[in-house]
Amino acid sequence: MLVPMSAAPVVDPTSAHGAFTLLWLVIALPALGAVVLLLGGRRLDKFGHLIGTAMAVLSFVVSLILFITLLGRDSADRSVSQHLWTWFSAGHYKVEISLLYDQLSALFLLLITGVGSLIHVYSIGYMEHDERRRRFFGYLNLFVAAMLTLVLAGDYVGVFLGWEGVGLASYLLIGFWQHKTSAAVAAKKAFIVNRVGDIGLSLGAGLMFVTFGSTAFTVVSANAPHASKAALTAIGLLLLLAACGKSAQFPLQSWLLDAMEGPTPVSALIHAATMVTAGVYLIVRSNFIFTNAPDARTGVVIIGCITLMWGAIIGCAKDDIKKTLAGSTMSQIGYMILASGLGVVGYAFAIFHLLTHGFFKANMFLGAGSVMHGMDDDVDMRHYGALRKAMPITFATFAMGYLAIIGFPGFSGFWSKDKIIETALTENWVVGLCALLGAGITGFYMTRLMLMTYFTNKRWEKDVHPHESPKVMTYPLIALAALSVLGGVLLAGNWIVDWLSPVVGVPHESSPPIPSLAISALAVLVVAVGVATAWLLVGAQEVPRVAPEKVSVFTRAARADLYGDAFNEEILMRPGDRLIRDLDTFDRTAVDGFVNGIATSLTAIANRLRLAQTGYVRTYALSMLGGAAIVVLALLVVNL
Amino acid sequence: MSFPWLSILFLFPIAASIVVALVPRSSALALPKLIAFGASLATLVFSAVIALKYDTAKGMQFTENHEWIKLFGAHYSLGLNGIGLTLVLLTTIVVPVVILASWNDGDEGRWSPHAFFAWMLFLEGLALGVFLATDVFLFYVLFEATLIPLYFLIGGYGGPDRARAAVKFLLYNLGGGLIMLAAVIGLYVVSAKSPGGPTYLLSDLQHMHLGTATGRWLFLGFFIAFAVKVPMFPVHTWLPGAAEQGTPGTSVLMVSILDKIGTFGMIRFCLGLFPEASHWATPVVVVLAIFTILYGGLMAIAQDSIPRLIAYTSVSHFSFIVLGIFVMNSQGQTGANLYMFNHGLSTAALFLVTGFLIKRRGSPLISSYGGVEKVAPVLAGLLLISGLSSLSLPGLSSFVSEFLVLVGSFVYSPWAAAFAVLGIVLAALYILLMYQRTMTGPTAEGVGDIKDLNAREITALAPVLLLIVVLGFFPKPLLSIINPAVHDTLAQVGSSDPAPKVGADSAASNPEAGQ
Amino acid sequence: MSATPFIVLSAILFSIGSIGVLVRRNAIVMFMCVELMLNASNLALITFSRSSGTLDGQIAAFFVMVVAAAEVVVGLAIIMTIFRTRRSASVDDASLLKY
Repeated sequence: MLVPMSAAPVVDPTSAHGAFTLLWLVIALPALGAVVLLLGGRRLDKFGHLIGTAMAVLSFVVSLILFITLLGRDSADRSVSQHLWTWFSAGHYKVEISLLYDQLSALFLLLITGVGSLIHVYSIGYMEHDERRRRFFGYLNLFVAAMLTLVLAGDYVGVFLGWEGVGLASYLLIGFWQHKTSAAVAAKKAFIVNRVGDIGLSLGAGLMFVTFGSTAFTVVSANAPHASKAALTAIGLLLLLAACGKSAQFPLQSWLLDAMEGPTPVSALIHAATMVTAGVYLIVRSNFIFTNAPDARTGVVIIGCITLMWGAIIGCAKDDIKKTLAGSTMSQIGYMILASGLGVVGYAFAIFHLLTHGFFKANMFLGAGSVMHGMDDDVDMRHYGALRKAMPITFATFAMGYLAIIGFPGFSGFWSKDKIIETALTENWVVGLCALLGAGITGFYMTRLMLMTYFTNKRWEKDVHPHESPKVMTYPLIALAALSVLGGVLLAGNWIVDWLSPVVGVPHESSPPIPSLAISALAVLVVAVGVATAWLLVGAQEVPRVAPEKVSVFTRAARADLYGDAFNEEILMRPGDRLIRDLDTFDRTAVDGFVNGIATSLTAIANRLRLAQTGYVRTYALSMLGGAAIVVLALLVVNL
Repeated sequence: MSFPWLSILFLFPIAASIVVALVPRSSALALPKLIAFGASLATLVFSAVIALKYDTAKGMQFTENHEWIKLFGAHYSLGLNGIGLTLVLLTTIVVPVVILASWNDGDEGRWSPHAFFAWMLFLEGLALGVFLATDVFLFYVLFEATLIPLYFLIGGYGGPDRARAAVKFLLYNLGGGLIMLAAVIGLYVVSAKSPGGPTYLLSDLQHMHLGTATGRWLFLGFFIAFAVKVPMFPVHTWLPGAAEQGTPGTSVLMVSILDKIGTFGMIRFCLGLFPEASHWATPVVVVLAIFTILYGGLMAIAQDSIPRLIAYTSVSHFSFIVLGIFVMNSQGQTGANLYMFNHGLSTAALFLVTGFLIKRRGSPLISSYGGVEKVAPVLAGLLLISGLSSLSLPGLSSFVSEFLVLVGSFVYSPWAAAFAVLGIVLAALYILLMYQRTMTGPTAEGVGDIKDLNAREITALAPVLLLIVVLGFFPKPLLSIINPAVHDTLAQVGSSDPAPKVGADSAASNPEAGQ
Repeated sequence: MSATPFIVLSAILFSIGSIGVLVRRNAIVMFMCVELMLNASNLALITFSRSSGTLDGQIAAFFVMVVAAAEVVVGLAIIMTIFRTRRSASVDDASLLKY
């Protein structure tokens, strides 16, 4: 019997041998780095950052070796698994610690370790004057190890291990400057919002066990086509909930903007290039679920659409350079989620955009860090202006990222975003238009950022002397800028689609309603409109140093993150607060009060009864006589 | 007669406690502490030897059986199975840690430190006896006897309101025990009518036929007593007060070890003796457990006193254990058994770290702290790890158990899992809120001169935290003990795991796949 | 011979004794009233023993006598001590042992 072309491929890896036996090292190296750095104590302060960076780079080298080895293999034989040990078992449920290395995880490995290494190098300079730099590198290594676990695990519970691991690392890094209350609160918020998403992964794993008797990719993918639609849809939606948490998608998006409290390299590594894309990874990895559950996919597309607009609108109104970039990250991940919700036709493009976004967004975040470095850690763009002369390298590299994200023809973002828009238009014109509009808004807010930072009038604070960052920071910028420009190469000859097809399936050939060249032209046109609008509103005018108060309701809403936090505050936190306070009162007065009440009433009764003890012998004698009389009477009554 | 391994295991700490109590008061203050620490270490080694000799393939082993009171059919009967062994190991691991961690806590009590450490060892011995007893009467006697040392530990050494807390603890638990006593007598009445005469031996009682109604009444008697011990809503209010007033070491012994008797008893006696009644009660118990999970979590968030907070987290976690026990499948029960061990470790770590903190500052209130991380980074780090273990972060030991309980409850009913899983969000809230308020932000008044942990304190905590991490990734040694025991329990209650809806088998038998 | 007169006598003695205990204040008098009650019961016991033909009642009477003797020893000693400290034999003066 022929398997239909659109059926999701089964995960069926071969056992690792040869170079692939090194697979565990990819995780073990940064994990070792984290342990050494965090337990090593102050004696490692002098060179701790070097150990951390070396571990990340070594991990990248191993990933590269593995990738080259994988390239040398036959395309049908590129899925390898390494079984390490049995994690736990109960009844017939067994969870293995095993690593799955295939075309999808190979790309992620390169992205995580590659961009990760560059960010390690950059951080050497950025964190130079921080007395806790060793610990920062320990956390970074911990993050890299956890993220690698996430993408290499061969079981959903293994994914969960990495999933929470990156959550922890992100918590530690957002709250790295925890003497600031705002940072500590933001870190806690990120962790808790992510926990809400984790509900999805926990319950999803439970449902998988009930349905398939296992949570291993191999078993689930083999049996998914036989499962009921309802079960698959439920699993899909639960995984989507998980993805929403980690990837800051609506309605769990609120933590990402606050997460910018962390040091900027953290924002680049975790909140732009890698961790927030974990949700996209999860959906693409679970293609065997989603391909068979069209209803769940509809949910994914809707969430993607909402978030891509949501993030873009927030990005338009922010004056904080990092928050603008964070809004943009939300929006771009919305694109990826949208693409992955389109099914077999979209998975590869979601991953493609994920990679290019990883390059250009890391580039721009680090660039923003470089700007902040020169501006005494000021993040307000209204205090920037005309920085292109003061920071030429930062400006040039940032510009590459800028051109990539708005989709300037030829740059990496152009290819990846264009493909998503084209696929979306082919599948559903509403979704396609949404993606197209999002591209226009991206053009607007990125141009606004660019103009306010590097062009327009000088609005610097007193005593600020912008200067270019040291080489250890600019070199990673140059490398990432190059990747932002050239990332589109991956699409050459449809390479990335062919490369991923054994993992995500081969799409049906279908042609868009209008020629793809026309779509590209349309996209460029829409972006051009966005850029022009930004020029008219920002570039052609004097930018005020203080944000104007008299603005439209739309601007006000966007500045307040579209009231996402206000909603949480009003609907969840306040009533929750009241609930726990009422419960506490209830516990003290009703539940404990009942117990104490028994004790109190017993004391009260005893206090009454003891009054009978008058101290007069005749009272006692009389009561004895009375008692005896009652006994006698009772005996008489019974006997008569 | 074979070597009495178990008798020695449980009588040795009791004997050692008498020695500690008899050490002359004129001798150096460290002497009773050293003897107590040495004795607890020796018990640990001895229990490790027993664990190594334990054969996972066999059920109850190292059994000892002597007639005790013939009139009642009571026996001095000991035995060890997988569930007992995990708790025995937990007890013998936690006690030396507690003794080392509370080295100076007995100095300012109502009585001498001799008594403090003697009561601790005495308690260890009784707790071990409880986990080993295979005779209902012996179990009952030891179960009630554990209250005595704990009463003196809470009432003699601890906070200003300790006397009241100790009395409340004692009366509450005696009340629960009284209900159990009624059920124990009821068991005698039933067994006296059986052809073999009265007996309290677990192995005999398991085969005895109880009427449905009788079984249910007796089940209730045992269950209520264990629910007080656990404790579950609405009989939980003794725990926060006792935890708040006791020394950290006392709280650890109470929550990590003694409260486990409740869940242990549910498995061994409620499920073991009254399988029919257990199935009958399952829906109510599951609902109550889920309610308590959420209730405990919400209450923990509301607390300003750190020990009270931890006590409420335990209320929440213990209900996870109860939930796992009563969903009656191997995932849930394996998770529950493993959780008993892991919860013991993580709560011990939490109580001890916060105890060190409270001792330094002199206030148990969260609101009197802030920015401790800056002055005591090691303390903060260890508190974070303990807290993360309490909120079941994957990679730390509690995760495996909590996840298994969740999977087990999902097998029982998706709704049960959907509500219980909210507990993990609450866990993140109460732990991270506490961490944020105490450790981060600007340094609060009176916190600036707090000293970081000293070598003794780190040494006491290190083995616990190391175990938490190791068991997080490699819980296999414990699971290999627990899994056969769970299999036995489930066979007793007559439950079996449902097959997956679309398993490997059904895929293979799919007609299309064969063509 | 009928047992009735003895039982009646015993009841009368017992009633006198108990009323004496209830209405008198003097400790010595109360004490003697108690003795009277004890002996009334002794008389009843012996009467029943005699009429039923067994020795149980007489043995019980001996016990009562022993108890009465012991009571005299302890009771008189207490009364003596109280009298020495308070210069009064009235029981109402010894009413400190109360709530």
